[in-house]
Amino acid sequence: MAFLNHGVRTIFLVELLKGMALTFSYMFRRKVTLNYPHEKGPLSPRFRGEHVLRRYPNGEERCIACKLCEAICPAQAITIEAEPRADGSRRTTRYDIDMTKCIYCGLCEESCPVDAIVEGPNYEFATETREELLYNKEKLLANGDRWESAIAADLAADAPYR
Amino acid sequence: MAELWTGYLLPTVIIVAQIIAIVAPLLLAVAYLTYAERKVLAGMQLRKGPNVVGPFGLGQPIADGLKLLFKETVIPSGANKVVFIAAPVVTFLLGLIGWAVIPFDDGMVLADINVGILYLFAVSSLGVYGVIMAGWASNSKYAFLGALRSAAQMVSYEISIGFVIVTVLLCVGSLNLTEIVRAQEDLWFAVPLLPMFVVFFVSGLAETNRAPFDLPEAEAELVAGFNVEYSSMPFALFFLGEYANMILMSAMTTILFLGGWLPPIDVAPFNWIPGPIWFGAKIAMVLFVFLWVRATFPRYRYDQLMRLGWKVFLPLSLFWVFLTAGVLVATGWVPK
Repeated sequence: MAFLNHGVRTIFLVELLKGMALTFSYMFRRKVTLNYPHEKGPLSPRFRGEHVLRRYPNGEERCIACKLCEAICPAQAITIEAEPRADGSRRTTRYDIDMTKCIYCGLCEESCPVDAIVEGPNYEFATETREELLYNKEKLLANGDRWESAIAADLAADAPYR
Repeated sequence: MAELWTGYLLPTVIIVAQIIAIVAPLLLAVAYLTYAERKVLAGMQLRKGPNVVGPFGLGQPIADGLKLLFKETVIPSGANKVVFIAAPVVTFLLGLIGWAVIPFDDGMVLADINVGILYLFAVSSLGVYGVIMAGWASNSKYAFLGALRSAAQMVSYEISIGFVIVTVLLCVGSLNLTEIVRAQEDLWFAVPLLPMFVVFFVSGLAETNRAPFDLPEAEAELVAGFNVEYSSMPFALFFLGEYANMILMSAMTTILFLGGWLPPIDVAPFNWIPGPIWFGAKIAMVLFVFLWVRATFPRYRYDQLMRLGWKVFLPLSLFWVFLTAGVLVATGWVPK
C-alpha cells in the first residue's frame, strides 16, 4: 500500500506541486525588506557602533588616562599618551583609535572605570579614505558631544541589567 | 525603376519593417522578463526586488543594459578571438530567428512555412552551438565544463521534446504552426495530452538551461559556467539570447498545448480580445511558471538530470507516442 501511495505521489508530482503552492503563497505575504537609507531597523541599547569619548555635564572630559582600554584592546587599536595637566589632574594628551583595526568587541567600554570611552549607536561612519578612520582625541570628543543624549539614554536603559 | 521598386525594394522594405515589428517588442520583452524574474523571485523570498530606478523599479533593466554596454570588453589572451566573439552573436541570433515562424494571430506570421515546427525544433537545438563555442573558445576549464554539461543536457532533453512534438503532430496532421493552433479550436492539447504537456515544459526548462536544470551555470561549482570569461556587450548578448530562448520556448509551449492565439472559450467577452493579446498573455503565464519553478526547486544533481532525461522522460514520451497513435487509429480520429 505504501508502495502504491508513493507511486501515485510521484506520478502526479504531489510533492512538487505542494512546494510550488508554498512559494506562491509566500508571494502575497508581507515583505521583510527594509528600504535602508529611508527606513532603519531597531537598535539594542547595547549596540556597539562608533566610539565616543564622553564628558561630564560640566564639560570636563571623563577619561583619566588609566589606559585599561589600551591594555585590554585585543586588536591593539587604541594608543594613549598621558601627562599631568597644569591643574595637577591626570589627563590624556593623546587618545587615538585606529577604526580600521577595531573589531567592535566592546571590551574598552567594559573596562572603563568612568564610562568615558563608549561605543555609541552610530554605524554610518563610512569614509572615502582610510586616513579618516584613524580617529584622534578631538574627533572622539566631538563624537561624544554629538551623541551624548543617545548614549546617556542607552546606558540608562541597560543599567538595570549590569 | 518602378519595376525595381514594386518587384524588389518594396517587399524588402515590408519584410524589414515586419522583422523590426517582431524584434523590437521581443527585446523589450526580454528586458522586462529580467525585471519580472527579479520581482517574482523577490516576492517569493519575502523581498521587494528592484524598486529604486523609476516607478516600481521599472527603469532597472534599462540601467542594467546601459551598465553592461559601458563596460570594457575583455577578451582573454588565450581565447580564440573569432569564435569567442562569434559565440554570443550565434546565441543571440538563434534566440531571435525562431520568431520568424511564430504565428501571433491567424495569418499574422512572418514566414508561414509548412515545416514550421521542424524549423523551431532545429533552431532551439542549434542553441547548443553558441554555448559550446563559448566554452571552447574561452580556453578556461570552468567555461569548458559548463559547455560540456550544457551540450549533454540539451541533447538528452531534445529527444523527449522531439517525441512530445510527434504526439502533437499525430493529433494535428500538419507541421504548420498555424494549423497546429487551428486544430485546438475545440480543445487545447494541454487537456488530452496533459502528461506530454508536463514533459514538454520540464524539458523546456532543461533546454533553456533554467533552474532546476541550470547546471551549465551552476555558480557553486563552475563559477558561472560557459560565460565566465565574458564581459560587457558579449555577455549582454548571451543574456539576451538566453532570455529570448526562454520566451521562444514559452511561445512553443503556447502554440503546441495552450491553443496559441485562441481564447480559452469562444464566447462573447473572451473573443472580443484580439488574438495577439491572448497569445502574449499565455506566454507571460508560461514564463511566470518558469520563474516560479526557479524560486521553488533546488538544482538537480548531474546524474539525476541524466536519469530524468533518459530513464523517465524518454520512455514516457515514447509510450505516449504509441498510446496516442493507438487511440487515434482505434477511434478513427486520425487527421487527414
